[in-house]
Amino acid sequence: MVRLITHNLLACHAKGCTSNNFPLAFSNVQIEIREAEFNPEFLKNFIPKIEWKALVDTARQLGDTSLPLEQPEMIDDDFLKNLHHVLLETHVEEGVMTCPNCKHEYPISNGIPNMLLAEHEIG
Amino acid sequence: MSRPELQAPPEIYYGDTEAKKYTQNTRNQQIQADMTYRALELLSLPEDEPAFLLDIGCGSGLSGEILDEEGYMWAGVDIAPSMLEVALEREVEGDLFLQDIGQGFGFRPGSFDGAISISVLQWLLNAETSHPTSSPPHRLNRFFTTLHSALKNPSRAVFQFYPSSDDQIQLITSIAQKAGFGGGIVVDYPNSNKARKVFLCLFVGGGGGQQQVPKGLDGEEGEDSKARFENRRQKTTKDKNGKRKNVKVIDRDWILKKKELYRKRGKESVPRDSKFTGRKRRPVF
Ligand SMILES: C[S@@+](CC[C@H](N)C(=O)[O-])C[C@H]1O[C@@H](n2cnc3c(N)ncnc32)[C@H](O)[C@@H]1O
Ligand SMILES: [Zn+2]
Repeated sequence: MVRLITHNLLACHAKGCTSNNFPLAFSNVQIEIREAEFNPEFLKNFIPKIEWKALVDTARQLGDTSLPLEQPEMIDDDFLKNLHHVLLETHVEEGVMTCPNCKHEYPISNGIPNMLLAEHEIG
Repeated sequence: MSRPELQAPPEIYYGDTEAKKYTQNTRNQQIQADMTYRALELLSLPEDEPAFLLDIGCGSGLSGEILDEEGYMWAGVDIAPSMLEVALEREVEGDLFLQDIGQGFGFRPGSFDGAISISVLQWLLNAETSHPTSSPPHRLNRFFTTLHSALKNPSRAVFQFYPSSDDQIQLITSIAQKAGFGGGIVVDYPNSNKARKVFLCLFVGGGGGQQQVPKGLDGEEGEDSKARFENRRQKTTKDKNGKRKNVKVIDRDWILKKKELYRKRGKESVPRDSKFTGRKRRPVF
């Protein structure tokens, strides 16, 4: 149940890990596609929050090449539908997210990422 | 029975049995739903903008189901695996995270359009270990600071919680303020012992007093909820003869047994045992 929408907001929160800590890198993932209601208004509202490069790279890594490398200036329905599919219908069910900086691993099991830190990792 | 947060750590208190009981109790569902609707009202989100919300201590998704119905997108975090499992079973739409809010968030700045939290904050007032990062002020500070940054400007975070003293309210609000939040406490039905509800309404930005602390509710509704609260109490803790039922003994042995069980079942994140495990839990004051 980690959708790419949340993955795109998630940085590492381990102690002292404040730069180059995004995006968390997926490995050994199991993906599930689940249909969700198309809501163009929500998407338009959400676009400014997206880190585009991270989203496109992650989507491509997971085998979805529907998004352009550059964020388009013209937002049409086709684009929004692709974005909808990537952000809200692509779920990572199992796997690991690794911080590019400190290499902390956040395991995902049953769709739930374990974000708990050990005592020495707490900021 | 003393308050749940004084009995055991949250991920232990809300084990499989309690998580199911908590979620299936229709009266509890009703109360949590009422408070969720009220929290949404206090969030006062702009109507024409579909929002992305954070549910802090989302538990088994009782609030999340309402967020789904109301058409919000959301993510939820909770420290109790058993509660999250129930949320999965109930097929809520939001993304769920196993997370200790006292350790802070890693969400990028401005991620959420608002946050709600129903019946959770009082859990942050107990120290789990003697480690400095485990002290309530440290955890509250980490929580509010990282939450503040995860919220967009302007926005709000609304918490319903059960403080057990004015000092607790004072501690929480002062740390929230230091973290950059404006806002304050809203008390609904302040004159009703049982229906009284405390909300912490925090504001991000909005400058120049534009965001005003909303007024609490008062009057007759309070009487209704009062009756409801009283009924609930009788139902859950007393049987027909007025005897307590279902009083389970939560002591060190019981907690260690539970932790062992969780570890076996692959819940890796069970906190390590310490000499404090199973000690009497008291609020900081
Ligand atoms: C009374 S339940 C409320 C659940 C849900 N908000 C609702 O209204 O039904 C309290 C919840 O707070 C969670 N909680 C307590 N301390 C927490 C912490 N440090 N981090 C995350 N969740 C916590 C518990 O696991 C539990 O699910
Ligand atoms: Zn890191």
